[in-house]
Parts: sequence; C-alpha cells; structure tokens
Amino acid sequence: MKKIFLILISISIILFSAVTILTTGSYEPTRLTKLKEEYPKKYSPSADHNKFTQLQKKFASPQEVTEACVSCHTETHKEVMKSNHWNWEREEYIEGKGIVSIGKKNVINNFCIGIEGNEQSCAKCHAGYGMTNSSFSYTDYKNIDCLVCHDNSETYVKGDELAGYPDPSLDLSFISRSVGKPKRSNCGVCHFFGGGGNNVKHGDLEKSMFEPSKDVDIHMAVEGMNMECIDCHTTEDHVIAGKMYSLSSMNKNRALCEDCHTENPHYADILNEHTVKVACQTCHIPVYAKVNATKTTWDWSTAGKLKNGEPYEEDDADGNHTYLSIKGSFEWGKNLKPEYVWFNGTADHYLVGEIIDDTTKPLQVNSLNGSYSDEDSKIIPVKIHRAVQPFDPVKKVLIQPKLFADKKGEGAFWQDFDWRRSSEIGMKEINVPFSGQVSFIKTEMYWPVNHMVSTKDLTVSCNECHAREGSRLAALTDFYMPARDYSNFVETAGIGIILLTLLGVFTHGTVRIFSANKLKKKLK
Amino acid sequence: MKKQVYIYKSFERFWHWAQAALIFFLAATGFEIHGSISFFGYQNAVEYHNIAAYSFIVLIVFAIFWHLATGEWKQYLPTLKNIKAQIDFYLVGIFRNASHPTKKTVLSKLNPLQRFVYLGLKILVIPVMMISGLLYMFYRYPQKGGGIGVLNIESVEPIALLHTLGAFLLIAFIIAHLYLITTGSTATSNLKAMITGYEEIEEENEVKEERKEEILVDSL
Repeated sequence: MKKIFLILISISIILFSAVTILTTGSYEPTRLTKLKEEYPKKYSPSADHNKFTQLQKKFASPQEVTEACVSCHTETHKEVMKSNHWNWEREEYIEGKGIVSIGKKNVINNFCIGIEGNEQSCAKCHAGYGMTNSSFSYTDYKNIDCLVCHDNSETYVKGDELAGYPDPSLDLSFISRSVGKPKRSNCGVCHFFGGGGNNVKHGDLEKSMFEPSKDVDIHMAVEGMNMECIDCHTTEDHVIAGKMYSLSSMNKNRALCEDCHTENPHYADILNEHTVKVACQTCHIPVYAKVNATKTTWDWSTAGKLKNGEPYEEDDADGNHTYLSIKGSFEWGKNLKPEYVWFNGTADHYLVGEIIDDTTKPLQVNSLNGSYSDEDSKIIPVKIHRAVQPFDPVKKVLIQPKLFADKKGEGAFWQDFDWRRSSEIGMKEINVPFSGQVSFIKTEMYWPVNHMVSTKDLTVSCNECHAREGSRLAALTDFYMPARDYSNFVETAGIGIILLTLLGVFTHGTVRIFSANKLKKKLK
Repeated sequence: MKKQVYIYKSFERFWHWAQAALIFFLAATGFEIHGSISFFGYQNAVEYHNIAAYSFIVLIVFAIFWHLATGEWKQYLPTLKNIKAQIDFYLVGIFRNASHPTKKTVLSKLNPLQRFVYLGLKILVIPVMMISGLLYMFYRYPQKGGGIGVLNIESVEPIALLHTLGAFLLIAFIIAHLYLITTGSTATSNLKAMITGYEEIEEENEVKEERKEEILVDSL
C-alpha cells in the first residue's frame, strides 16, 4: 500500500516539474506588442509640396490641379483610372450568374436605389469631376479628383449636386500644396455619409469615426493607436484592400483582421478553435452604431405625401429623419446588436432587370453565401437593412426611378412626386422594360459589420451565444451549439431515468421505514 | 460471530472518494456547459470541466493499475449465482429484516447486482464518457490546411448527445447508489466502511473458503 502511494507521489512530482519546466519559456513579445510598436511610427513624406513651383499658381479649374499633379506623378493617373474609385464598376464572378461587370454605376440598393439618371447628385462621391449623366467619359485623366483623397488641409469639399466638382469657393492652390496620404477625414467624407446622410448605410462607419474614442473603436481611437483607414486598407498602385459586399461578389483583395493579428491570436486554445467557424468581428464587435443611429428600415411606399402642396420632413428626438416626402419613412437604431450569418467571402446580387421569382417574400438585393457545412464559411456580424421599394408587378423587376433633377417638370420623383413618370424615365435610362405599373416589394440588404471593434473587456462573452434563451446566434440553426442546443429525446430520456430512479428510491425507502416501524411494534 | 474487518484499502478509498468528488464536479460544470444551470460562468465551467476530466483520466489510469496489480479486478467478475436471492432481498427480504443473502468478505465484497452495475460503469459508461469527452475536446471541423484527418468531424452533435445521455445515467446511478448505501447492516455501516476501511462483518470460515473457490471458478 505504502509503495503505491510512494509511486503515486513520485510520479506526480515528476509530472509537475516537467510541466513547469516546459511551460516557462523565455520572454517573447506577443504579436499584439509588436503591432503596438509598429503602428505609432510617424510617417514623414519624402517631398514638401509647398516647395513645388507648379503648385504656386492660382488654378482656374480643378482639372488644372490634376494636370499639375500628373506633371510630376506622370504614371499615377493610369493607376487611378484602373481603380474602383474611378470606374465604379469591375468584373466580378457571381455563382450561377457568371462574370458580370458591376459596381456603383449599375447596381441597385435598397437605399436611394440606383445612380443611373441621378449622377448629378450621386457623383458627389465619385473621385472625379463632371459625371453629370451616364455618358461620362472614364478615359479623360484630367477629370480625376486627386484632392478628395489626398487633401490634408481638411478644407476640400465637393459641392452638392455639382457632379463631383468641388465647392467653387475653395482655394485650390493652397489645397494642392497640402496634399499627403489619405486620412480618416478623406475616406470618411464619402464612406460615412453614403445613402444621403451620416451613418445611413453601414452602421459601423460614421462621423464619430473621424475622431473616435476607445469605446467606439479600439484601433482608430485618438487616445490609443490612432490608426488611419489606410493602415488596414493597405494600398498598392491605388488599389485599396477591402471591399463591401453591397457591390462586391468575390473573395479577393479583402482587408482582414488576420492580416495583422494572425489566425490564432488568443492565449486560450478554446478561443483559437472558435476562429475556424467564427469571424473575429463576431465576438469583438458586440454592438455597432455606438454613437449615432443608423438607418434600419426604409419604406419608399409612403413617399410623396405633401402638406399644402409642399414636401415636408419629420424627425425623431435625435434629429434623425423619420419621414421625408421625397424618400418615405425610416426607422433608426443605435447601439445595435448585429444579426449573424454564415459567410464564405462570396456574395450574390440582384442585377438590374433580373426577374423576381417570388414576390411574396423579401427580395435579397444582395445576399452573402455560406453555411455551416461550407469549410470556407464563418459566422459574421451583419447589419440587415430592410426596405420597401418600388417594383414592377407585371414585369417582376425592381424599379430604378429617376429621383433627382434640379427643377420641376423633368419627371424626377424628388421634384414632381409622380411614381409612374419617374419610374418610366428611370427604367428607360437603364434599358429595362417597364409595364407602367408601380407596386412595392420588401427587400433586404446585408452589410457586414467590420468596424467599431470594442475593447477586450466588452467582447461578446461565451454565454451570449452559448445559452438556451436569447442566444445571439439563435437564428443560425444549421448546427449544434453546446448550451443552446439539446435533443428532446436525450433530455426526456435522461430526466425520465432520473425521475424514475428518484421515485424508486422514495417508494423503496418509504416502505422500508414503514415496515421497520411495524417490525418494532411487533417486537414490543 | 461478528468481527471488524479491514475491507477497503487506503488507495481504494482514495480512489472512490476522489472519483465521487470528480463526478459531482464534472456534473456541475458539465450541466453548465449543457445550458441547464449557471454557476461558474461559461468559460470557467469549460476550463474546470476539462481540468477535472484530465484528473479523472489520471485517476482511472492509477485505478486500473491498482486493480490489476492487486488482483482486485476479480471482484467485478459478473456472476449469476445468488442473483435471484439478491433481487428477492431488495424487493421483499429487506422489508422483513432478513439478512443479506450475499455475505460480504474481503475477497468478495460485492453482491451479484453490484458486480453487474459496477462492471457496467467501468467498461461501458465511464469509457463512453471518457471517449466522447476526449472527442468533444479534440475534434476538429474539417478545414483547409490540415489537422489530423481522423479527428475531422462534421458536427459535434452526436458526441454531445452521447456525452449528455451518459451524464444523465451517471446522475441516476448516484441517486440509486446514495440510497443503497443505507441498506447495509445498519443505515451507516457502508458509509463508515468506505471512510475508515473497516466494516463489521460476520466471520464464517466455511463461507469464506466457499467464496474463495467460487471466485477461482469464476475467474477461470
């Protein structure tokens, strides 16, 4: 007996010392420490544009600025003219639809619907000048707007409804001398305001991200790493990494957390194992729209109501539009928990003129491909924007109406409030047959949530998903998840066996006590 | 004639109580992982459950060694002899203050029903729990770039359900076990024996010899 104990003890001691020796390695800075050392390094430009003689003159037009840029950067315009920011379309392969050329230019969304016919207004966010209609020439390099991305003076602004031209009052000479790498303000001026206002589209990209606090975004926090957009959205030859699946379809040229953090960034193995099926964002972005609300629903069917013949607007307490005669009614949400979907990096899109098979259920304007059984899929957080938008009930296609015109009488909905006429003009613009009837259909758009990464302490905790009730992943039912899921058969059988055992024990025990008392009485 | 007999060796007692503690702890953490209760916090429950599981495996390895080295494994050889008498005792005799039909001796401390149940635990329920538990910990979803192919498992569901069913069975066993320890010669005699190692049992030399032969025959 004693021998066994001695053996036990000595084996335990050997095991213990082996484990201690093997686990205390020499100190090595973690990936995160290395990243923190790498990113604060200040970039110092190799040229001071203030000293350039070409930039000292007064520019009569923004195109002259572009020519001045190209006089030194002699090949750069060729790069820009290959980029999505310039072309607003590129070739994408869509499963089941083949290779298509899509982009902002020709894809329908469920916000302001489509650009064609409305360029004068929409092109405020085109990296070019003079896109007044769909016949814009993408071959004239002088129309490239270098400044919208490279102005570091924070004074450059594009004018409203000027087809991409800057505000005419700007000092282009001063601006041209203060160019540099794009900052958050350069990107944000378009990407934070898509859809006609702050945070309308993304939910995780909005004006609080110009100067965010740590609570809003751990990477871009001014008091923290203070990272710029282009630190993650790395750029080569004016091709910027990262994409939005409202327009993109293929799993390429993405900006991923893993690019910096690796695929196994946690100390705990069990968390690293999760990364096989769960995207980083799913746990590390517990809520989005943290500062300002984002639009969650858009109902076009109520648009066109007038008060005393005039369009009007209604706002909520925070100043968000809840109704606009030109656009319809909206709902907004702040501090939203994302919804979750499987995603393998490829997406599908409703293409202009595509026949809608089933008009009774919400049309997926874009849909993210993926499932549990797909090896490439991970669970990602998304904002799902739900809308009711015009469609042709006879031809069964989405309608892209003519919305914008600078005056009444041209048939634009925002001026004349006539669905039929604006649809007719809009559909002619995109060459899709129109029956003359306008109805409304429910649609959904999926917007992956990638920004507003939270601090470690706010990360989604285990039991927010691993829970019987109220699991964040309640909607993803194609797999078994511990705590959330169980088998009715096993639960019933298991609890049944336990109850039967208890019943048996209770009955047997009662009879025993009863008969023991009886025996005692007999003995007496 | 009754006599105090040293029936449970110190390792045996250590093994029994350590196993009992581990099973209770595994049940508590396990049912938290299953979503039935909430106590330790989910991540803690998972970590503790894994640590307890490894400890259990170590304990089992030692126990197997001990059983083989001491020959105590023979205690669990199933026998049909006396089984009807034992069932009759639990169903009828116990209420009439009858004495146990199987005499407890150092060489045969388990009655035929215990032999069946404990053997079932040892070769079926515990191994199933251990293997499904290890698979639960080490399975990998099929993924690009490798892993050990044999552990590629599409879904954890069958593993989890088997493991859960086993947990329910173990709980049922514990309930019955806790009750049955009160059916010794006195309500606490079995408990005392498992704590101190000593139990007062009837000393009958003839019976002892007879049992010895029986065990010998069984083991052949």
